[in-house]
Amino acid sequence: MSSEILKKILFTMVRIRLVQEKIAEKYPEQKMRCPVHLCIGQEAIGAGVCTAMDKDDYLFSNHRSHCHYLAKGGDLNAMIAEIYGKATGCAKGKGGSMHLVDVSANILGAVPIVGGVIPVALGAAFGTSLKKENKVTVVFFGDGASEEGVFYESLNFAALKKLPIVFVCENNFYSVYSPLSVRQPSGRDNVALARSFGIHSKKSDGNDAEGVYNAAKEAIEIARSGNGPSLLEFDTYRYREHCGPAYDDHLGYRAECEIKEWTAKCPIEIFRNKLLTDNAVGQNEIDFFVKETVLEIEKAFEFAENSPFPDSDELTKDVYA
Amino acid sequence: MPDIERHIDFATAVLEATDQCMSDDKSVFIIGLGVTDPKGIFNTTIGLEAKYGSDRVMDMPVSENAMTGVMIGASLVGMRPILTHQRIDFMLLALDQVINNAAKWRYMFGGRQKVPIVIRVLVGRGWGQGAQHAQSLQSLFAHIPGLKVVMPTTPYDAKGLLISAIRDDNPVIYIDHRWLHNITGPVPEERFEVPIGKARIMREGKDLTIVAASYMSLEALRAAEVLEKYGIDAEVVDLRTLRPLDEDAIAGSVKKTGRLIAIDGSWKACSMTSEIVAIATEHAFDKLKAAPVRINYPEAPSPTTPALANLYYPKAIDIINPAFGMLGKPSKSEEEVGIVYRNPLDVPDRTFKGPF
Ligand SMILES: Cc1ncc(C[n+]2csc(CCOP(=O)(O)OP(=O)(O)O)c2C)c(N)n1
Ligand SMILES: [Mg+2]
Repeated sequence: MSSEILKKILFTMVRIRLVQEKIAEKYPEQKMRCPVHLCIGQEAIGAGVCTAMDKDDYLFSNHRSHCHYLAKGGDLNAMIAEIYGKATGCAKGKGGSMHLVDVSANILGAVPIVGGVIPVALGAAFGTSLKKENKVTVVFFGDGASEEGVFYESLNFAALKKLPIVFVCENNFYSVYSPLSVRQPSGRDNVALARSFGIHSKKSDGNDAEGVYNAAKEAIEIARSGNGPSLLEFDTYRYREHCGPAYDDHLGYRAECEIKEWTAKCPIEIFRNKLLTDNAVGQNEIDFFVKETVLEIEKAFEFAENSPFPDSDELTKDVYA
Repeated sequence: MPDIERHIDFATAVLEATDQCMSDDKSVFIIGLGVTDPKGIFNTTIGLEAKYGSDRVMDMPVSENAMTGVMIGASLVGMRPILTHQRIDFMLLALDQVINNAAKWRYMFGGRQKVPIVIRVLVGRGWGQGAQHAQSLQSLFAHIPGLKVVMPTTPYDAKGLLISAIRDDNPVIYIDHRWLHNITGPVPEERFEVPIGKARIMREGKDLTIVAASYMSLEALRAAEVLEKYGIDAEVVDLRTLRPLDEDAIAGSVKKTGRLIAIDGSWKACSMTSEIVAIATEHAFDKLKAAPVRINYPEAPSPTTPALANLYYPKAIDIINPAFGMLGKPSKSEEEVGIVYRNPLDVPDRTFKGPF
């Protein structure tokens, strides 16, 4: 893999982490008055997959969308302003953190009804195939979403019509505080499930950015060349609470050894160390990037704070086209 | 109501009703996302698993549609499930099961079977919950024959209506508003039922009837207190049950006062206010001294930004001014009538710091 791509993946992850840490730091100021689902710990998936996508490809996401949005090239200022509820936000302040969108970056929407976005993304893939456009659609969702009926129904239709879609399941083992063990039989295998529909499927380590990129690249090529859908499942771990800026490990719903094991597998640290060892990137390059990005993020927050709130007449605008 | 010394909050009242019904009847069980987690559906299911075991107190897959059908099936063979959803928006995935099966099963099989399930769902507002996490769809369910819909306001009714709902042989949608959870009130320790289908006069008055439910009943009470200072004696009717609707209570009050303000914390078209006004005109037409007024949410989804959300939800002043209008008095501002907000409008109380 070219060192340009490797660096791009690393820097994408670092930037996403820095943005989210800033949100976490400033959230207690109570100016971001909407739920936020941080994906600190899960950055390799969005960064790896989106780096393998073309700019023209479509992306859909769920409630935990910051990473996907930024990795696909969503506008940072518009994202932070959205979380601050400002008129300059990507949804004019009407959607908040759970509804990020940037049509110019082909991010067509993120919705927090679990599983609800899966068939909508499939519809975009259906539309592009009807229009004979050579675009791939990627949809991100969690392990919880793979329990909703629309997930199976969408796999079926995707396979039936050989649609150019990549289903990306981020398995962080929890739905809010509920572990897989109370939701799925042990040994349930999404890969086998997808294959039973005739869908290309792979499971790999979601904290290994390079592995994610390779799996995504393959799936996207399959879709682009007319060979139909794929389901990729990546194991990963959310470091902070399900919703909000804090850690919630004191609640005891995740075993301490499990938290430790995954904390030691920080996707960014692993990848950075690997690239440093391989001389694919220099420490000074990383330092420079971090410095620039911190400034960029400061500016985005300033932009958000200084932006106006939407006018009151916006309340009933945009209900209909 | 007799004097009751013990005061508990709404959430505790819900928990107590569930607990007592489970201890009385082994066929009662509770299932829902997060029922057994450390937050226990905002403290309404805490401790139940330890007491009744994981066969009767369960988490579930994120599969609202299938799980609703599963509960219907379980009820057909003698179980009495309580299924919870942390937001009514999540229940929309199960509309097929609720409307096509639960609501119809008894009728379409000639009354041979019954579907005694309770679906307890939360509605709420505030802190940027937005278009898909802050809907109030009570009238959607109140439209359907075969369903019962209750929406308590006080801790007393929260307990009494939940016990009635669990003991009822029909599917009951029990809707509790998140912003009521921390509000305390008198609740007897022993078991008691609040009858489904009966409204309650929260406050008696002779000049004007305000009909509301759930959190909006509290806004109605606030408005009534202000109106009293201006010599207007408002009666507040708290519906408690939306289906079957207590037509006698609504018509009776309107016959007495001749004036009606109907409030529903939801959109106007085909809402509870449509129904309340229709009942008043059908049954108390000749007693009406003014055209009824309806108060609802604006015809738009709930926005996340506080700047717009603060305009979205009706406040006491939005009830006070139409009341003034009906009685020939000029409108006033919040300042003039002495309403001051000590907390931001998008949180239920000062303790709330987000995110949900
Ligand atoms: C239909 C529906 N049911 C329940 C919820 C509540 N909810 C919000 S996020 C979430 C967790 C979903 O878990 P998963 O899909 O694994 O995503 P993760 O949060 O782990 O990233 C749940 C259950 C919801 N938003 N929508
Ligand atoms: Mg998950």
